[in-house]
Amino acid sequence: MSTNNLNTQQTVDAAKRDFLKAGAKATAAVAVVTLAPGVTLYSVGAKAAVTGPATSERRWGMLIDATAPEDIWDIAVDACKTEQGWGGGNNPATDPQWIRKVSVKDPKTGAKATLPVMCQHCENPPCVDVCPTGASMQRADGIVLVDKHICIGCRYCMMACPYACRSFVHENVTGQKPHMPRGKGTVESCTLCVHRIDKGQLPACVEAVTTAGSDAMLFGDLNDPNSDISRAVSKYVTQRIRQDLGVEPSVHYRGI
Amino acid sequence: MALDTTVYKEIEGTGADYYALVGWLAVFAAAGLGASYYMEHYGHVVTGMTNAIVWGTPHVFAVFLIVAASGVLNVSSISSVFSKHHYKPMARLSALTALALLAGGLMVLVLDLGRPDRLIVAMTKYNFKSIFAWNIYLYTGFFVIVLIYLWMMMERRFAPHSKKAGLLAFVWRLALTTGTGSIFGFLVARPGYDAAIMAPMFIAMSFAFGLAIFILLVTVTYKASERPLGDLILFKMRNLLGVFIAAVLYFTAAMHLTNLYAAEHMGVERFILMDGGIYTFLFWVVQIGIGSVFPLALLFNPATGRTCQGISIASMMVIVGGLAQLYVIIVGGQAFPLQMFPGMEVSSSFFDGQVHGYAPSLPEVVLGLSGIATALLIVAVAVKYLPLLPVSLSDAHIRISRSLDHHIEDAPFS
Repeated sequence: MSTNNLNTQQTVDAAKRDFLKAGAKATAAVAVVTLAPGVTLYSVGAKAAVTGPATSERRWGMLIDATAPEDIWDIAVDACKTEQGWGGGNNPATDPQWIRKVSVKDPKTGAKATLPVMCQHCENPPCVDVCPTGASMQRADGIVLVDKHICIGCRYCMMACPYACRSFVHENVTGQKPHMPRGKGTVESCTLCVHRIDKGQLPACVEAVTTAGSDAMLFGDLNDPNSDISRAVSKYVTQRIRQDLGVEPSVHYRGI
Repeated sequence: MALDTTVYKEIEGTGADYYALVGWLAVFAAAGLGASYYMEHYGHVVTGMTNAIVWGTPHVFAVFLIVAASGVLNVSSISSVFSKHHYKPMARLSALTALALLAGGLMVLVLDLGRPDRLIVAMTKYNFKSIFAWNIYLYTGFFVIVLIYLWMMMERRFAPHSKKAGLLAFVWRLALTTGTGSIFGFLVARPGYDAAIMAPMFIAMSFAFGLAIFILLVTVTYKASERPLGDLILFKMRNLLGVFIAAVLYFTAAMHLTNLYAAEHMGVERFILMDGGIYTFLFWVVQIGIGSVFPLALLFNPATGRTCQGISIASMMVIVGGLAQLYVIIVGGQAFPLQMFPGMEVSSSFFDGQVHGYAPSLPEVVLGLSGIATALLIVAVAVKYLPLLPVSLSDAHIRISRSLDHHIEDAPFS
């Protein structure tokens, strides 16, 4: 584990406990009726959305320790692939990448860092501004998503994203996950694992890194002054990529 | 009001040459539909476009046609808005060509979408913060306004109102090209774009590209239909084209010099102007040399500038230079890597920090060319069935037309 740990393992565990509690409540509200062998009806009742509709009271964010051993980011990338069903293609230039490991080196000093880059879920997202149909949209809690039903595949959002965090689906996709429909001809990117967050779980990348014993990724509510992430970003000086652009990314980094 | 003494007549269009032309244009237009189907069926993986170069050859052609559509209307505007009556006999063809070029450009743009089947979504769901969404209104509005303008010019009862329609069309098309330039000007994160000068530069480009296309159209059509085309109108268009080419050069120089002054833009300027390989070649040799300096020399050299051939070659060069300019802006602007960590060396499996490669694929080129073919097909069919072309553009006719109009009307907007 890095000497620059962002917080102790205990606080991570505490955060996980809170999420798991919320997740348990959400799971309990889903009624399951077996109509016939193999035919199951899942009814999500009004009470199911324990966390309620997304509100601006929350602002989900991440704090990433770029000084952590770089192998840990492979775990984060693999977890995202498994969770969201992307990866495995043979065309590096056109295969989607929702999260990637980026190596940075200062040519003057030789200092290096490796960090994961995914959708930065900006407060002022250029991709949302430029989308002609509103398919690129931002939830009240700051999560930036693509509505695949009204994305026309114009790729203007990809032109506008300062972080190259969006991918265009260039060919037929296989192995889709029920919670994450994908489609050829539309644009996609990190959803911050919105389907997990809404159940009170951690994003897949954060959970995988945490499970591997690292605290290099911290996820939480930036609007809650008592959350671990809020305490951490108020304790350490953090950077956000291209914060000069004023897009206010919600992903913070340390050690770039 | 201006009294239009010009006699307009449909072209005969019964010869083998005409049918061969229309046939070939139809084949090219159909090939574009086929290319689009191929791209949609297999996905954009069959194109040269990638997740880094997201806009490629189709966009170069589409933007060229859309920009030229706005510019070609200039001939109409000069006659109705600025009361330069030499241009009046060509106003109908100018408006029709504007509609045709816009249709061709939009066809390419729509057929390149990841989901062209969702065009209805683009027409019904709007994000008004998006310049793209504004452009959808600007494009459809352009069609409606120019159609009304054309109708008023062709229907003598409405002729008194054609000037007002012309003024509206003039203002609208300035807005339209501002919108097209702003598609790039609003991209704050890309060092190759993000410049307010994009909008006026695109307007200057539209003037030059549109007029170049129009000169070629008039010279070819009049030669093919054996109608007289005098030097007077040709030389006036030549002078205007020279001014427009110079205007594009001015905006291009202003953009690059401004960027060169800012240290943060040195990287992208070095890339485009010095070590960008194909983009540097296209900029200096094709855009500046073949597309600007060479045509200027041709137009203002007495030996070539006074011949129809010299003016036509110069117009072709402007078109070639224009396509190169848009290639450099659109593809070159993406090929230069995003500056996520300015001053740092960056690498990743997603090609961060690298100059992105792009090779146009056949379906993309065919789709792009089909936009031009579609526009020309519309013009070719329209001039056969509608009285758009004057029977004569001879010097004598232009002078008579001008002197009659001059007596009746001198002030603009009357």
